[in-house]
Amino acid sequence: MSTFTVAGLAAGYQGHPVVDGIDLTVEPGEAVALAGRNGMGKTTTLRAVMGLAEPAVSAGSVRFGDVELHGKAPHHIARAGIGYVPQGRRIFRSLTVAEHLAVVARPARAGYEPWTMDRVNELFPRLAERAGQFAGTLSGGEQQMLAIARALMTNPLLVLLDEPSEGLAPQIVRQVGDIIAALHASGVGVLIAEQDLSMVRRVADRVYFLDRGTVAAQVTAAELDAHADLLERHLGVGAGHA
Amino acid sequence: MSGGELLLTTFNGLSFAGLLFLVASGFTLIFSLMGVLNLAHGSFYLWGGYLGLVTLGATGSWVLALLAGALGVALGGGVLERLVFRRVRGIELSEVLLSVGISLVLADLALAQFGGDSLTIAPPAALAGSVELGGLVVPRFRLAVIVAAVLVMIGLAVLLRRTRVGAIIRAGVDDEEMLDALGVNVRRVAAAVFVLGALLAGASGVVGGVFFGVYPGADAEMLLFALVVVVVGGLGSLQGAVVGSVVVGLVYSFGVALAPDLLYFVLFGPMLLVLVLRPRGILGGRL
Repeated sequence: MSTFTVAGLAAGYQGHPVVDGIDLTVEPGEAVALAGRNGMGKTTTLRAVMGLAEPAVSAGSVRFGDVELHGKAPHHIARAGIGYVPQGRRIFRSLTVAEHLAVVARPARAGYEPWTMDRVNELFPRLAERAGQFAGTLSGGEQQMLAIARALMTNPLLVLLDEPSEGLAPQIVRQVGDIIAALHASGVGVLIAEQDLSMVRRVADRVYFLDRGTVAAQVTAAELDAHADLLERHLGVGAGHA
Repeated sequence: MSGGELLLTTFNGLSFAGLLFLVASGFTLIFSLMGVLNLAHGSFYLWGGYLGLVTLGATGSWVLALLAGALGVALGGGVLERLVFRRVRGIELSEVLLSVGISLVLADLALAQFGGDSLTIAPPAALAGSVELGGLVVPRFRLAVIVAAVLVMIGLAVLLRRTRVGAIIRAGVDDEEMLDALGVNVRRVAAAVFVLGALLAGASGVVGGVFFGVYPGADAEMLLFALVVVVVGGLGSLQGAVVGSVVVGLVYSFGVALAPDLLYFVLFGPMLLVLVLRPRGILGGRL
């Protein structure tokens, strides 16, 4: 895998800038969190990286190794090895669980153990049990797992996850966290936008704190406890809970 | 109306429904994935008829005529998608206006090339004449159209429900952007669907040429029928196209038989009712 680098990224909606000058890197196999409160630019950053129609990117570069991704169509970016788990899960409601995995399946890259239907089913036994079920009938937690499983079937080198804990019960959040930690342990890089501190602690090696569209601070996971001020300012976590 | 007339009118309605389904299924497929209300679909139908007519005259082969109508229009549709529709993708007003413009150009080209007379396509020899069906004498060709429509319906259902391509199309209908972000080139899928829709319109033009002849204005008439079918059944829904075709086919057939003076009311009345009671159509929104 190559180093993933975002440099000077500026993007916004209908002429209103949301992020301005975002710099971040994800080293091969590293798990990095983009932490921050609502509206600080986490989702905008990930959407801009994926090359989606909105936000409009006004400056900056997104590189994966030597390959410039900025300006490319989303399917080219996905095929470059970026898996995407969007905010709100966005599962295909009229597809079954098995169809979800089949429609996006791409061949593995040389030197990496491929994510196949069997391997994904092993990591997500709940989904394996519901292979023939329409995705729209799954619970929120199952839909989140499906969104992750679907991204893995593209055989990515780096997975972008946008608030995977959103709207889930704490117990399910822990399960989703375990799964993300497991895929990180398997060698897949992770860039996770998140405001749930337990999830950040569970999966991230390093944390960028976003504040009003810029990177306000950057710490390693080991340093998190020493920065109660950052946790309070950017995640609203009181010192007693940190 | 006697029992025999009732049965015959029902049969005629169903055979017309078969033709309507061939036209409307392509129309609704294109709309479901691309969001394009392709108002040039009637012109695709008309040109399918003319291409079939010319090929039949030149070769005498009905199979070649059907292939020429279907493949010729599919090719033309593919070129139009690549050169015109793709440029305005997602800009709904431009898409609709462009499709209107294209339909006008295609209609005028057809008029210049083939003149204003109504030209009839003879049915294939094997399907000429009548056949007895449970005591009812019915035209063989009309019976074949019902069978063909059912086969196309099954084929489309299998394509959409049982194949990976079909699952990709359904996923694209659900969330096109997300599908793109997962590495699927949705534009290519959409182009293929557009070509498939054009192919069906072209083929139905040849079939419709046997029913009604090929003439200037057939494009607008058939487009109107297709619109009524998909509005009644539900825009973007294949099952809706089936239901809509049967409803409109039967209503038209009985309208012609019972109240020809009120035909347009009989045809648009149910559409109005459906729009009031179920604005998305009887089965709207489900591919």
